Amino acid sequence: MSSAIANDVPLLSVKDLVVDFKTRAGNARVLDHVSLDIKAGKILGIVGESGCGKSMTALSIMGLVPNPPGKITSGSISLNGRELTDLSEEQLCDVRGSEIGMIFQEPMTSLNPVFTVGEQIAESVRLHEKASKQAAMARAVDMLKAVDIPEPEIRARAYPHQLSGGMRQRVMIAMALACRPTLLIADEPTTALDATVQAQIFDLLQDLQRDTGTAIVLITHDMGAIAELADDVAVMYAGRIIETGSVSNVLSQPQHPYTQGLITCVPHLVPDPPIEREVLREIPGMVPALTNLGAGCAFEPRCEKAFARCKAEKPALLQISESQFGACWVLEEESA
Amino acid sequence: MSFTQTLAKRIGYGLLLLIGVLILNFTLISIAPGDVADSIAGDMGGADVTVIEEIRERYGLNQPFHIQLWRYVSGVARLDLGFSYFYNTPVTSLILEKLPATLLLVFSSQILAIVLGTLLGVLAAKKPNGIVSLLVTFLSLFGFAAPVFWSGILLIIAFVSIFPLFPVGGMTDVTVEGGWFIQLLDLLHHLFLPMITLASIYLALYSRLARASMLEVLGADYIRTARAKGLPQRAVLYKHALKNALGPLVTVAGLQFSAVMSGAVVVETVFSWPGLGTLALQSILARDTPTIMGILFFSSFVVIVVNILTDITLRLIDPRIKTG
Amino acid sequence: MANSTPNHSASDAASDEIKVSHPFAEMVSMFFRNYAAVAGLLLLIAIILFVFVGPYFHPTDPFEMVWAPFSKPMEEGFVLGTDYLGRDLLAAMMVGGQVSMAIGLSAALISLFIGVTVGAFAGYYGGFIEEALMRFTEFFQVLPTLLFSMVIVALFGASLLTVTLAIGVVSWTAVARVTRSEFLRIRELEYVAAARSGSASDWYLIFKVILPNALPPIIVQANLMVGSAILFEAALSFLGLSDPNVMSWGQVIGSNRPYILDSGFTVAIPGFAIFLTVLAISLIGDGLNDALNPKLRQR
Repeated sequence: MSSAIANDVPLLSVKDLVVDFKTRAGNARVLDHVSLDIKAGKILGIVGESGCGKSMTALSIMGLVPNPPGKITSGSISLNGRELTDLSEEQLCDVRGSEIGMIFQEPMTSLNPVFTVGEQIAESVRLHEKASKQAAMARAVDMLKAVDIPEPEIRARAYPHQLSGGMRQRVMIAMALACRPTLLIADEPTTALDATVQAQIFDLLQDLQRDTGTAIVLITHDMGAIAELADDVAVMYAGRIIETGSVSNVLSQPQHPYTQGLITCVPHLVPDPPIEREVLREIPGMVPALTNLGAGCAFEPRCEKAFARCKAEKPALLQISESQFGACWVLEEESA
Repeated sequence: MSFTQTLAKRIGYGLLLLIGVLILNFTLISIAPGDVADSIAGDMGGADVTVIEEIRERYGLNQPFHIQLWRYVSGVARLDLGFSYFYNTPVTSLILEKLPATLLLVFSSQILAIVLGTLLGVLAAKKPNGIVSLLVTFLSLFGFAAPVFWSGILLIIAFVSIFPLFPVGGMTDVTVEGGWFIQLLDLLHHLFLPMITLASIYLALYSRLARASMLEVLGADYIRTARAKGLPQRAVLYKHALKNALGPLVTVAGLQFSAVMSGAVVVETVFSWPGLGTLALQSILARDTPTIMGILFFSSFVVIVVNILTDITLRLIDPRIKTG
Repeated sequence: MANSTPNHSASDAASDEIKVSHPFAEMVSMFFRNYAAVAGLLLLIAIILFVFVGPYFHPTDPFEMVWAPFSKPMEEGFVLGTDYLGRDLLAAMMVGGQVSMAIGLSAALISLFIGVTVGAFAGYYGGFIEEALMRFTEFFQVLPTLLFSMVIVALFGASLLTVTLAIGVVSWTAVARVTRSEFLRIRELEYVAAARSGSASDWYLIFKVILPNALPPIIVQANLMVGSAILFEAALSFLGLSDPNVMSWGQVIGSNRPYILDSGFTVAIPGFAIFLTVLAISLIGDGLNDALNPKLRQR
């Protein structure tokens, strides 16, 4: 489906996106100059701890930043060359669900309990494709079949509470893909599910991506999932992207101390050259509050390699190789 | 349990409640000092002992309690609620004559209150700090604190001396002539003020409840899903959010219904609305026991029917509700 | 009171700042930060002073005919005017307020007693007892309350006692429901299980362990009940079913009702007094609700 754009023109391009939240404790910069590119038909993983801005990036792309208190302060988001931040609410409604689909973390609560799952899938088809009630329902059944739900005709008449968590997430995927979007945003799609179901959902996403050519932004804190599924990866910390590149590069040669920490948390990922790992480590400390970030690198208080400059200035993304960038003063020192 | 089974259970249970109401009323009346014979005798300006005994004989008042009770309950089962000596009419026909006026008042004011209250609640929830929210807050304080007869009387004063737009008493105007449409307009004209008065209390309650319920629902994950689908704000609010927010509203509306019947008594008295409430007050003042008992029975019957309808509505709204 | 909230606040304490203060002190300060509630409290205090201290400064007998009927407020030396018998309305407002408040309070206490007892036993024991008690409650929900109490008053005579009892006996169902659901929730909590395993008696568990923790919503409900009992008494009086020898706000309205089109003030003034009192009580109720319900504190 993805319009045959030349390979190097990204489907979605986020540039210097800044999102601020007004809170009682002051202004919180939840996204700080975030830039991302995703090419048609590829999978981009975004990783980081909770509260690092992963979900907010997704909501910004959807135009769903809760306002108030949140607000896109500056930056651009363009989809297929169209600037989304300039669109009216009405125009955004046409984009959501039709060009961009989204699935959420909580399949148990993300479906409306008082409508059947068939109705909920058919609803977006009727909305975006002006399809008749019957045609939309037929599409809903097709979509349920596509996400491997047995007896889709019967299931379409079921209410969410009659389905298991894994089934509900399949329904969510069916709903998000019903209008054949060019981009799917999956925000922690498996976090709330059992381990075996997680693997099934990831397999399903991969198959669907292969069949439909939909590009996927996969938001997760699971480095293992990134390694299996994603083409590219962006690592976020405290509202900034601190390392990005192709999965093969970033996972095998993580440059930022935070990425290295994340990878050493996962037992079966072996970077090359291997990072010294006597025991499985946790990264010490906690994600800082976004309202009182200092002038320096936000990771500095938790970083083993920090030195004076880290406290004083924020590092910018530095190109390390053809397809890898990192934002760390250590890298700057090494390359200098 | 299937739907029909649940319904059957509810109906059977409602019948039990009704029998309970009958027994309670009958017991109360028989332990109260004085009886029908005394009242009748009193009405006749006093009577001697033999006349009173005669009356007792006629109404079966000298039978043992359980025989009287059984006679009454089995009479009710045949829709015979006894005979009103005060109106000289069978109680059943007396009540059936007045019931439509009360039902019209009660249901029209409830529908008005629910529809308008829900709308106000939704608009208020859209902007929790906006002007509609403020209105809902004031309305709910006023609606709870203002005695219903007081606001009714204030309306009468306002509409008699300041804006004489609406009639303030009765249900129809005998001088109005014309076809059914003219008669209907006349009825609605008379209905307006009593309906507004009775609705005001519940408008306050429902708007506040709808606001709270909507605010809670709007924070739910499935609302985010609906937005992510590209649904416009209107559809998100009035379809996805409202259907979920209606549950508490319907529940409370059902629970409130016996209070609504009580409110109707007062409103009918204020506006001389010829319904069950007016009849109740008159027969209480006249100590017309069979009529009072009949009214209590019919009011409880209406409340039970409404409660069953509430259960059905709740099940239609929320598929997760299994039993009543 | 003092130990009545910590059980819920623990899970909700995910707020930004962690302060340790006595829960009761926190409730009080929470209440006083709510301007509407403080306004309600001040209003109620003013009304109580007016009603109970006022007669010392204005010692007129409200039953005595002091002037011509329907003298308008402020016109002939009577601050609130005179009623249909030429009796002083200001005096009637003061003395009538005492009665309205006394009936409201005692009827609410009766309902509170019945409601808490029924709800506590239903919620604590569960099973057959719960089923029976809740059916009993439902029975009282079905009876149209005002009609039922009209019947009681009509049958047993309109005295202060019967009016109070008639109101109390029909108004307890909401308290019973609230108490029961709190008991159902609390009896599953760990500290109750702990007390139970220590073989404490049922009596001890109900009244010493669970009830104190169930109090916040019951207090809110009880407060509102005083307001609705005052309204209830007024409605009965308005219908002519009150003790004719006792002056109350509702009684003033009821006796002046036939003359509203000529002298609306005789009805508007006592109605306004009831309105202000119930308004004050419900403002306090909202404040109590916010202060006692930690879940709402974040909002």
